[in-house]
Order: sequence, then C-alpha cells, then structure tokens
Amino acid sequence: MALTSGRVHTSSEFESELQELRRVLLELGAKVEAMMAKSIDSLIRRDSNIAQTVIESDSEINQLEVDVNELCLQMVALRQPTSVDLRFITTGLKIASDLERVGDLAVNVCERALELNEEPPLKPYIELPRMASASSQMLRESLDSFIKEDVVLARKVIASDDEVDDMNEELFRELLTYMLDNPRNISRATRLTFISKYFERIADHATNIAEAVLFMVEGRNPRRELT
Amino acid sequence: MAADAVTTRLQDEFEATAYHPVESALGSVIEIEDFNFWYDEKQALFNNTLKIQKELVTSLIGPSGCGKSTLLRSFNRMNDLIDGIRRDGTIAIEGTDIHNPRVEVIELRKRLGMVFQKPNPFPMSIFENVVYPLRVDGIRDRRLLEETCERSLRDAALWDEVSDRLQDNALGLSGGQQQRLCIARAIASEPEIILMDEPCSALDPIATARIEDLIAQLKEHFSIVIVTHNMQQAARVSDNTAFMFLGRLIEYGETKKIFMNPMNVRTSDYITGRFG
Repeated sequence: MALTSGRVHTSSEFESELQELRRVLLELGAKVEAMMAKSIDSLIRRDSNIAQTVIESDSEINQLEVDVNELCLQMVALRQPTSVDLRFITTGLKIASDLERVGDLAVNVCERALELNEEPPLKPYIELPRMASASSQMLRESLDSFIKEDVVLARKVIASDDEVDDMNEELFRELLTYMLDNPRNISRATRLTFISKYFERIADHATNIAEAVLFMVEGRNPRRELT
Repeated sequence: MAADAVTTRLQDEFEATAYHPVESALGSVIEIEDFNFWYDEKQALFNNTLKIQKELVTSLIGPSGCGKSTLLRSFNRMNDLIDGIRRDGTIAIEGTDIHNPRVEVIELRKRLGMVFQKPNPFPMSIFENVVYPLRVDGIRDRRLLEETCERSLRDAALWDEVSDRLQDNALGLSGGQQQRLCIARAIASEPEIILMDEPCSALDPIATARIEDLIAQLKEHFSIVIVTHNMQQAARVSDNTAFMFLGRLIEYGETKKIFMNPMNVRTSDYITGRFG
C-alpha cells in the first residue's frame, strides 16, 4: 500500500514541481511507447520512412530525460524531500534513465530495420513480432503500474521477463541454423539476432521500471528480497 | 476541523504507536510508560510509552504544541516548577522511577544536563560558567575545577577558541560559542543524559553544523535527547526519531526509516510537509 494520504503539500510550489515531474515522466513514457510501436511497424512492414521518423525523434526523448534529471536534482537540492516524495523523486530519476535507454533501443531496431529493408527478407517474421509484443506489453504495464502505484501489476511485469529471455534464446538458435545453412544468410540473421536482443533488453528495462515502482510504493528494494 | 474531532479521529485511526527504534547494545536509559500529563484541565501527553536508548541520539519531532517539549521537560522534572500540572504513568531513568519520593530533584537534574533554545550563559567569566555546577556542589579544589573546565570545553569543541581567555566575560562570545559553552556547562557535572530543546534554532548554519558535529561526538559518552523543529537536523543527527502529534507518540523508530519509509501516514504527511 502506498503511504499517501491524498493530502497536498503545504508548499504549493513543491506540490506543483512534483506534479510537473509526474507529467514529464508520463510524457516521456508515452513517447517511448510510441517509438517502440513504430519501430516494430517499420520492421514488420519493411517501411524505412517510419524507421527514419523514429530515429529523428530520439533527440526529443533525450531532452525529456535531461528535463526530468534537472527537475529531480532541483527538488533534492531545494526541498530536501523525505518519505514518499523522496522515493517518488529517486524513482523518477531511475525510470527516466530506463525510458531513455528504451528509446535508444527502439532507434537501434530501426537502424537494423533500415539495413534489412535493403535486402530481401530472410524469413517470415513470426517470433520477432511475438517478442516485440511481449516486451512492449511489459513496458506498457510497467508504466501503468507506476501511474497507478500498482504493485500487483509491477510483480507481473517482473515475472514476465523470463518469457522474453526464453524467446530470445529460441530465436537465436533458430537464426543460428539459418547461418549454418548458408553463409549468405549470416549478415541478415545477425541483424535479426541483434533486434531480438534489443527487445530482450527493452523487457529488462521494463523490469527495472517495475522494480523501481515496487521500491517507490513499498519502500523496500525488491532485489534485496532475492539476496 | 476542530481539535477534538481530530483527536477522536486520531484515536480511531492510530491506536498503537508504530514502534521500530534501533536498540542500543547498552540497553535503554529512559523508560517511559503510559505517561500522561496535564496543564490544569488540558491534557498535553497521552499514554506515551517508549524507551530512549543509551548512548544514542533520539530526536523528538512534531508540530508546535504536540507535546515534545513537555515530554523532554518531564525527564528532568522541569515541569514541576509549573503550577497546576498533573501526571500519571512512569518515567524511569536507569531503572529508577524519577517520581519516587526518595528521588532528590537536584540529584536527578545533575544526571540530565539541559541545553536550551537560546544560549543562556551567566554574566560571569567563561571559566566560572563551566564550573558553575561544581561550585553549586561546593567544590573548591582549584585543580579539579580547572581540569573539569578544560575537559568540558574540549568535549564541547570550544577549548581551542577560548583557552587563552577563560577569565573573559562569557557574554562576549558569539551565539554559537555561547551555545557550546552552555553544552560545556551541561556536561561539566558529568551527566548521563543531555536534553536539548531546540539547541540550534538561534544559530547560523555554520554554528549549527558545529553543534551537530558535536552531538555526534558527545553520543560516545552521553545519551542525547533533542527536540527540534528542523527535520533535516533530526535526520542528520539522530539514531532514533519520535514523531508526536496532539500529545500522542505516533511513531518511534530508526531515523533512516522514518525519513525514507515511515510506517504511519501521519508521520509521512508531517515530514514531507503535507500537514494540516
């Protein structure tokens, strides 16, 4: 249970800074989710134009991360936050950095998609869209768990990470057979392996976000429970 | 909302104190049990129960009028000086009930040095200020007085600044120096406990940092209880923090946990500034 009484701060400025942080984080989350969806589109539909727009939008994400960092540092320096505010602000810093990395990975997917689009398809995309869908669902749910402070959903995200890891492993084995089958496949299969790894990394970032949400709400680091 | 309504709601919501203090290896030094206190008809403390840990720093925080100073002043029976007070429950220091008729108040107060909000040096020399408690005890041995003076001033981190002018009038010292002088005076009689009531509220940030540093050193020999409105100060200097509200002990626990992850929503509201 989150330790909030629903009361607002006596300092209205601090209150509006916290609201602003929440707003910027949601904007960042929404933009990164959209980037990810587009990167999958560009790959599956072999659409280089979409890929290009994703690559161009990355600077916006970087800027939003800088905004979050500045806002958080400012609050730490000027407001000396404690309790729920302290945990919200430190979680905000972590989530922003995870989201920025997801943005980078979406760009990486698009860069590989651009390269793949230059050549005929190696094979029909079946597993990759499944992985993409699983990792984007994890990302969406991790952000939902943040907004709703929902620890049940956050734990579900953490539990899903293994599935995506397994898919990555499976796909790697399959692509390996393509490479062994014909050296001409190596370049495309390697790129697809990269993409698979990117999605696996995105799922890891979603897991990080879910763990940060658990810390924010419960005040305990979930990784500490495992050690 | 009327205070009575808040009080009623408080009783409904928080019957038990959230209790998670760090325990000292040396055990507790002050044990407060079911302590109630009234100024005439007005009840100021309600069933306060807690154990102050030995040779640790405990801070009492809470909004004005929450009873923290009343509780602090109950430890050395300073409240006895006020007319119309009433109390029940027990406060025991090292196992001795301080309200036991056989306890001499003067002797009790020697065991609990007190430092007040405003530095209150006496209009006499630095030397005489520090050794004042010994003079009151009738000690005349010059060497003992000098040794006590030096030791106390060193412990209060003031020796280096005043050792060459011990005969100067104490009122000539700066505010921060005066407060350290009062700490030196409080520890001259070698108490077990030091009570501090807002000791830094009249000091600038540098003088405050000195006192806070001093508190960290003093806890090697003394148990310290500090009342403060400055929550960052409570967070910095204390091992345990007690949060009081409307005379009740809402939460008493490890300072780190109180400020990062308090158990009671009212504690969280207060320390984050969402109060009222």
